[in-house]
Amino acid sequence: MSDKSPLSTAFVPFRPIPVGLAITLGILVWALVIGGWMLLTYGGRVPSMFLPAPGKVLVTAGRLIADGTLLVHTLASAQVVLIGFLVSSVVAVPLGLYMGTYRAVQAALDPLVNFIRYLPVTSFVPLFILWIGIGIEQRVAVIVFGVFFQQLVMIADAARSVPRDLVHAAYTLGTKRATTVRHIVFPATLPAVLDILRVTVGWAWTYLVVAELVAAKSGLGYISLKAMRGFQVDIIFLAIAMIGILGLITDQGFRLLRRTVAPWAA
Amino acid sequence: MTTSGDVIVSGVTLRYGTGAKTVLALDGLSLTVKPNEFAVIVGPSGCGKSSLLYLIAGLEDLTGGSIAVGGKTVSGPGPDRGMVFQSYTLFPWLTVAQNVEYGPRRRGVSEADRSQLVTRYLAEVGLAAFRNHYPAQLSGGMKQRVAIARALANDPAVLLMDEPFGALDSQTRHSMQRLLLRVWDHSHKTVLFVTHDIEEAILLADRVFVMSGRPGQIRKVLPVDFPRPRGGDIVLDPAFIAMKREIMGLLRSDDDEDH
Repeated sequence: MSDKSPLSTAFVPFRPIPVGLAITLGILVWALVIGGWMLLTYGGRVPSMFLPAPGKVLVTAGRLIADGTLLVHTLASAQVVLIGFLVSSVVAVPLGLYMGTYRAVQAALDPLVNFIRYLPVTSFVPLFILWIGIGIEQRVAVIVFGVFFQQLVMIADAARSVPRDLVHAAYTLGTKRATTVRHIVFPATLPAVLDILRVTVGWAWTYLVVAELVAAKSGLGYISLKAMRGFQVDIIFLAIAMIGILGLITDQGFRLLRRTVAPWAA
Repeated sequence: MTTSGDVIVSGVTLRYGTGAKTVLALDGLSLTVKPNEFAVIVGPSGCGKSSLLYLIAGLEDLTGGSIAVGGKTVSGPGPDRGMVFQSYTLFPWLTVAQNVEYGPRRRGVSEADRSQLVTRYLAEVGLAAFRNHYPAQLSGGMKQRVAIARALANDPAVLLMDEPFGALDSQTRHSMQRLLLRVWDHSHKTVLFVTHDIEEAILLADRVFVMSGRPGQIRKVLPVDFPRPRGGDIVLDPAFIAMKREIMGLLRSDDDEDH
């Protein structure tokens, strides 16, 4: 109703709200978080050894950007995430589609996959170090291991939920059964697959930091660990913020990709 | 010219499940649809009329008996048996035009010829202006019109229609029935149409096959002699109402046997 204030309609369940209000609310929460942070630091309630002031983090950011340190370690991390995520996705997408389409593939893989995907990835880190050392391969392996099985199960689910009559219609139009995955299941699940990739790339960042904390000579996890030893909390903050920003960029990238390659899906 | 074949269903049995939970859906059902005939199967829900259509399409495997379409024994799905489903089955990733040319494209028809087919069949169902729309942008009735155009553009020997208007509101359903009558008058393609709507059955059919409840069998075959082209007002004709009453009686007596 037009005579009601925006705030009174904001608390009606599931009711859309004006764009302006949505943006304001989003900024407000950020302002609260940063305001609280400023209160704690500039107010002198928490020693700067544990919680650096926002200004200090910005100054450190400027210094590490200027001397190139931040770029080097960000690129090192991004490279590992990219390789691990690509290796995992390139196998998980087709295999997941076949797993969801063919009961025999599902029956063969389900018991093993469902066992492995509940194993904590971190418990495999020592094993990976023993097997493949502490090079980039080890970090890639941790990411692949952490992401692959989850991707597989989610993509198989997406393939399984393709409406049967859509497949039937394709058969009555001359599609061969052997090409069902290529001609029907793949395009039908494309929006869902891109959403799954968008979600799992976030997990890849999580596992990257785990791998870098244990064994690495570069990367955002590595500089965090080094900073901890020197009580440089501002650098830890910076590394965390970098991961958040990269996550945000990746997320928007996948949304853009989805709109470009799957414009039919809302 | 378009192709048209006959459908011969002989002694078809369909059994679901195993052991004690076996359900006999169809029990030795036989029927023949002549080339260029519009045949409608009407029956109570759960009588196996949709299953019969899926068997003819080759999308399900029969337990016993045999089915031949255009002289060829059915052993799996194929483009000689086009189908329009009750659920919306347009490919959401393709535009309306790409949906219509899907079958010809699979067969390797040239782009120029495909474009002609699209123009012709979209005009036939009155959707020429929606060539480049995606299915998500269409209403339910429009989706089913594209589905009909898509099935016809592939020139199947028979067109199978499984309650294609069942999910539509009654206004849209009536206009779709008139549209289908018009389209069919141009092609006289062999059609096997399944519905539980008696009025729809008589309005469309050359012959109505009345099915009994489970296990499904053909209870009676009624020729419909109203001249074509038919308009929607024939539903008020006394002969139409008499036929409607007869079919209702046939379906109801089946009900009584169950209880």
